[in-house]
Parts: sequence; C-alpha cells; structure tokens
Amino acid sequence: MSNKPISGPHVAATRRVDQIMRLVIIALAPATACGVLLFGWPALYLLAVTVLSAMAFEGLCLKMKGVAAMPYLRDGSAIVTGLLVAMTLPPWAPWWIGLVGSALAIVLGKHVYGGLGQNLFNPAMLARVALLISFPIEMTTWANVSPLLTGPGVIDSLAITFGGLENPDAVTGATTLGWVKTEFSQNRLLPGSLIEYSGLLAFLGWERGSLGETSSVLLLAGGIWLMRQGVIKWHIPVSLLLSIFVMSAVFHTWDSQHYMGPWVHLNSGAVMLVAFFIATDYVTSPNTPLGQVIFGAGCGLLIFVIRSWGGYPEGTGFAILLMNAVTPLIDHYIRPRIYGRYRNGKPLDISNT
Amino acid sequence: MFALFENPRLRGGIHAEEHKSETSPLSIVTDFPLPKKLYIPVQQHVGKPAEPVVKVGEKVLKGQLLAYSQGTISAPVHAPTSGVIADVKDFPAPHPSALPIRTVVIESDGKEQWVELIVPEDPFQLEPEEICQRVGAAGVVGLGGAVFPSAVKLSLGRKNKIHTLLINAGECEPYLTCDDRLMQERAEQIVAGIRLMLRGMDAPKALVGIEDNKPEAFAAMQAASLNFANIVVAQVPTRYPMGWDRQMLRYLTGQEIPADGRATDIGVVVHNVATAFAVYQAICLGQPLISRVVTVSGAAVAKPRNVEVPIGTLMSEVLAFCGLEKSKMARLVMGGPMMGDALPIAEVPVVKACNGILALAAADIDEPPVQPCIRCSSCVTACPVGLLPLEMASRIKANQLDSAVDLGLKDCISCGSCSYVCPSNIPLVHYFKFASGELVKRQQAEHKSEQTKRLIEDRNERMERARLEAEAEALRAQEARAARLAAAQQAQQAPAEETV
Repeated sequence: MSNKPISGPHVAATRRVDQIMRLVIIALAPATACGVLLFGWPALYLLAVTVLSAMAFEGLCLKMKGVAAMPYLRDGSAIVTGLLVAMTLPPWAPWWIGLVGSALAIVLGKHVYGGLGQNLFNPAMLARVALLISFPIEMTTWANVSPLLTGPGVIDSLAITFGGLENPDAVTGATTLGWVKTEFSQNRLLPGSLIEYSGLLAFLGWERGSLGETSSVLLLAGGIWLMRQGVIKWHIPVSLLLSIFVMSAVFHTWDSQHYMGPWVHLNSGAVMLVAFFIATDYVTSPNTPLGQVIFGAGCGLLIFVIRSWGGYPEGTGFAILLMNAVTPLIDHYIRPRIYGRYRNGKPLDISNT
Repeated sequence: MFALFENPRLRGGIHAEEHKSETSPLSIVTDFPLPKKLYIPVQQHVGKPAEPVVKVGEKVLKGQLLAYSQGTISAPVHAPTSGVIADVKDFPAPHPSALPIRTVVIESDGKEQWVELIVPEDPFQLEPEEICQRVGAAGVVGLGGAVFPSAVKLSLGRKNKIHTLLINAGECEPYLTCDDRLMQERAEQIVAGIRLMLRGMDAPKALVGIEDNKPEAFAAMQAASLNFANIVVAQVPTRYPMGWDRQMLRYLTGQEIPADGRATDIGVVVHNVATAFAVYQAICLGQPLISRVVTVSGAAVAKPRNVEVPIGTLMSEVLAFCGLEKSKMARLVMGGPMMGDALPIAEVPVVKACNGILALAAADIDEPPVQPCIRCSSCVTACPVGLLPLEMASRIKANQLDSAVDLGLKDCISCGSCSYVCPSNIPLVHYFKFASGELVKRQQAEHKSEQTKRLIEDRNERMERARLEAEAEALRAQEARAARLAAAQQAQQAPAEETV
C-alpha cells in the first residue's frame, strides 16, 4: 500500500482512448474494404501509403516534441486520421497525394496545435480541402469502378499509384455531383442530366467517388453500429442529415430542374462519412447535446449551400471546417443548465411557489 | 444514446460494476467479538467536537455519555461497551491524512453492562420537542456519510413547515450493502424510526427512495409500511449518484432545490435510512448510537459481509475478522469506491460515518496512465449537476480559478462520475477538489491581508492620535509656560511700576 494521498473514485470505467479508436476503425472497415474491392489494387496501395505515412508523421512530430512516441502511437488516433484522409481521396490518386495529405493532416492539422485533443479543425478535412485547392486535377480524377479481380493487376496497379495514369480519360469520369454541376454549366437541367444515375447503385457504392465514400449503406451501417457502441451520440448525425434532407426537399419541390432531390443528396459524395465519422470528431465538435445539434444542422446547411450555389460540386470539407471554426463559439454560449440554477446561472427563485 | 429525450428528472450519472452480490445475500453478522480496546474520537460529526466528561481510570457503563455536545451543531458520543477509561489522547483519525484527533480509549471489561436506559411508555405519544431532544442526546447523526447531527435537522424541519420527509435508501455506491441488509432485516424498526421522525418534525408524509437493484429491501420496506398510508416506498433507477439527495428528490418529486438553498426551502428534509433505524433505537430502546452496520468487502477480503461493530473498533480488527489477505490489499477505502477516502493505515477506528471498509486489490484499482483530453464529452454526459468537467479542468490546469468558478466549480458535488467515465483517465475530481481547496486558501489569505491592513490602519490611526495628543500637550505646555512667563514678567513689572 502506498502512502500517497489518493483521491476517489477508486474504480474506473474500462473504455479507454485506444479502445474508442479501435471501434472507429472497425466501423470504418466495411466501407474501406468496399472501396478497395471496387477500385482495386491502386486503392489499396494509396490506402497503405496514407495510413503508414500518417503514423510516420505522428511519430516524427512526437519525437520533435520530445515525448515518447509509442504510448501515443498505440492510441490509434493517427491510424484513424490516416484512414479518414485515405477514404476521402480519389482512389487512383498518385502516392504523393496520400503522403502530402497525411502530412497536412498530422503536422498542420494536429501537432501544430499541440497534438491530440488540441486541434481546432478536423485534420482529415483540413488535408482534403488543402489538397483540393492545391492539386485540383489529381483530386478530381475519379477512376471508374474497376473491381479488384477484373481491374488492373498487382503490378500494373503499382504503376498507376507510383507512376501516374497513362491515359486518364479512358478509365476515369465524373462523380454524380460533379457531373450535375458540369451539366448546369452547359445549361442542361436536372431530370435529364441524372438520367443514368441509379439511386440503388449509389447506395451500395457502385459509382465513381472517393475511395471510402461511395457506399452509403456501409457507412450508414458502420455509423449506426458506432452509435450502438456508445462511441458517438445521435445528435450530430441526425441533425446533419435532417437539415440536408429538409433543405433539399424544400428546394427540390420548389424547382426540381435546378435542385437535386433529398435522396440524391444524402446518397452522394461524402455526406454519410461526414455525418457519422467526421462531424462527430470529439475534438472539433461541441460538448453539449444542444450545441451538437446546432453544429450538425449548421454542417448540413452549409453542405447544401455549397453544393447548390458554390463553385465546387462537393462542399462537405468546407462545411466541416467552417463549423469547426464556430465550435468554440457554440461551446461558449451553449452550456448545460446547472442543477438548481436557471440557464443564466442565477439560482432558482422559489419565493413565488 | 438518446440523451436529449431522457427523463428530465434524471440527468447524468453512471452505472459502475456493482460488486454488491458478494455481500447482499448474507445476513448482518451481529456476533462480532468485542475488542479489548475501543478508540472513540470525540469528533465524529459535522460541527464542534464533543467535550470529554470522563477521566482516565474512571469506570463507565455501556451507553454512558463520554463526551457532551458543544454548541448548537454538535453531537455527543457514548461508551460502546462497559469498561475503564484507559486514556484520553490524540489518536489517528479515519481520514486520508490519518492525522491524530482527540480520542477516548476504553478498555472493555467484557461484561457489556448497560447504563439505565430510559424507555418511554408510548414513544409515539412523545412531544415533537421531546423526540428531537432525545435523538440529539443519543448522538444520532446522518449515517449516510454526511454525519450532520440529526436532531438539528429535525428541529430545522419543524420550524420550516416541512411537507415531505425523504428517506434516502439509494445506496448507490458500488460494493456497499449495509443499508440494503438493514432494510431486509429490520424494516419494521426502520419504519418506526421514520414515524418518529415524522412526529419529531410535524411532517405529514414520508417518501422512501430505494434503487431498483434492491428488490428484497423494497419488498420488506413496503410490507413494513403497509399500515401507514403516510409512508410511501418508491423505487428509483439504479444509477450512481442516485443517493445524492438532490438527484433523488428531483427524480421522485420533480422539484429542484435552488443552488443557494437547502431542501427545507422547498419543504423537504432528507434523512438516510440507517439514521431512521438509529432514531428508532434512540427513542424506542433508549440506546444511544454506539454501533453501526458496516459493509466489509473488496477482492482482498476472503469473507466479505456486513458486520455490526461497536463504534471505536479498529478497522484492522474488523478486516481480520472478515479474513483480510494483507498481501492482496492494494488500497484501503472507507466508504464506497466512488466517494470514499483512501486510508493510509488500517489502525484507525470505525466511526459513525463509516458505512463501508473496502480492501481493494490491485486489479480493482488498475490505474492506466493519464492521456490528453480528447474532448469526448463523456464527462459532460455523466455529470449529474450539468457542469462541463473538461472545461473546468482545463481552466484549473491553466490556473484560471475564477473562470472555473464561473463555469460552476462551486456546484460540483465531487461525485466522481466524470473521473469514472474519462477514457483518458484524467483525475477530474482531483482537479476540482484541488481548486476548491485553493479557493479556500485564497479566501483565507485575502481575509488575513484584510485583517493585517485593518490592524495597520488602526495602528497608524492610534499613532496619529498619540502624535496629535502629544502635539496638543506640547502646545498646551508651551502656552502654559508662556502664560507663566508672562505672569512672572507682569509680576516683575508690577512692583517696578509701583516703585516708579
């Protein structure tokens, strides 16, 4: 027995940071696996490069900080960040996109602010947006669905990831959101431009898109599982999806030639990934249930605004970063009511009861 | 999962591993061998310490007054057995510091000879004042752990027009089952105690709240109170800290006590269920509070159980009785594992506040290293008060105590729910206790500097006054001298004039 004064509680719950990260990785696994299956070996190589370099950058930063790297590396947060960065990249993007993405996320997005728990912006989204602005060609070259077994082989794929695409036009195309945006610019309006779009295939993931973002159903399932595990709460995903749904439903009903319907919105791009895995990032989202609802609704609103009226076909990254910036403000104003007090902090008045 | 839609009467809280099944099926052991020596601290309650009235070498009987209560908020202590006063000295207290406090040491003679007990003919005909007086004289204090003198609370209740007596039988701390067993085995007596309390406070009804993990105790209490329509026994969900009186009150009545007020402000007084039993003993049997039921448990105890032990028994003896495996004990805790105190030594007496003695093994208290906060807000969800533990801790870490106070530091009840759930194992409650202590220290320093300032000002004033007085004195003396001189001159001149 030690004689050091010890404060209670003398027991603790068993869920630790590394377990939380492991659960997140498990929840992301099906969608990631689906991406690898649909886009073949190049996707797997890119995934490996991104995750491994994320861990390497994490170790490097910790070393520069002068702390033991192993305990932190073992918590799995760098793997989650690397995985999320990889999932948001075009599956056949060259290796250096993954490397630069990891560097941006881990170094600029996380350690510059002080490491785990200190960052203002979601590292993966910061990396995605920075890459999109810096390397617009690489970041919008979307490979056709070319499954692992029927697509390019192990060796050919090495050339794709590490050497670059020979003839991009033959094997790539536009995403649904990008296609619609381009068609608008050609003055071709909605029902017509979505004629080849299949809601079911998009739901399952059989369409062009980012490595881990195409399969709405697997992301949704992973997210719901994560909720049931108690890792994330419902407030952010539900308010985010609901606000996109309401906005798009209203505008689609009002003018169905210029605004896509709610199902296309919810089914496309990064919405599901963002709703369950990015917006729910503990560090960069508000602390209180009400704050989280506001945050989620704000994300959804901005995603719709950027998609509908912005210059980019997809707005999730920008929406998240903007709302991340607002998070401290939300946390400042939205606080839980303290027992025996009004929301403004004054003690309850019982003189008139 | 759906926290926004939760019962607004029940906020936060955690469900820890209960560890109650080890002791809850076993009856209370009442044949604990009488120790040779008993150590009875004169301060076992909130308020002023009692003043010893016995001398070394004096013979005392079981139940005899050892030290009388001083002032309005205090409680007397009595001899747990008959014997001789061996000493009145400073002895380590059951406190994390184990600092010595004044303690009466009795060498028992093994005869268990009672003093003459005053038993009323019909306790339920006693005047309310009489009940309060007897409860106070029996040294009854809140046995849930707060040890506030019960008589004071009863009188307070009578003066404040109480509509409900809330009997707290939550026993939400893991491991502890002493109240559970007490209700299962002595429900009739507890109900009698509750009726006496109601009479003592002139209150119309009582509400007993029992966590739903104690169905046997609930059934026993319900059966015992069947004939008394003014006693309602209710089940509350098992969720720590349900035993926080304000949480239970909000759950059962929907009422909230204002942050700057007491339960009496909304017409409620809260007493612990074990206190009700002590009141029964005090009034119906005339026996003062000289023993209590203690849960002895933890992985380092071979025979975990509830034991009725005389106040003043050394914990080491109680642990030995329950088969302590010394090598396995990694931490000794008095009370429950959530809010209990870790004790540095086991050679401290069982006091009125002691509801549990836990000998925890290393596996129970496994403490992984502290990691950075990932702002997961589990602590916000777990806080029953509605605080932001993570924000408060980060402010305290940056030494911004005022900012932590703005966030509600002073509303923290130190229940430990936040520390319990924290995935990074941050000792949040420790931060809050530290900050509260620091604030007290700061307040004291401020008070001291104010006092010093006042003294200096007084002194300056005094000096100034003295100086002015001295000056005035000098002036007067000068004037007097001048007058004398002038008079002398005049006197000199006058004869001269005469001569002219």
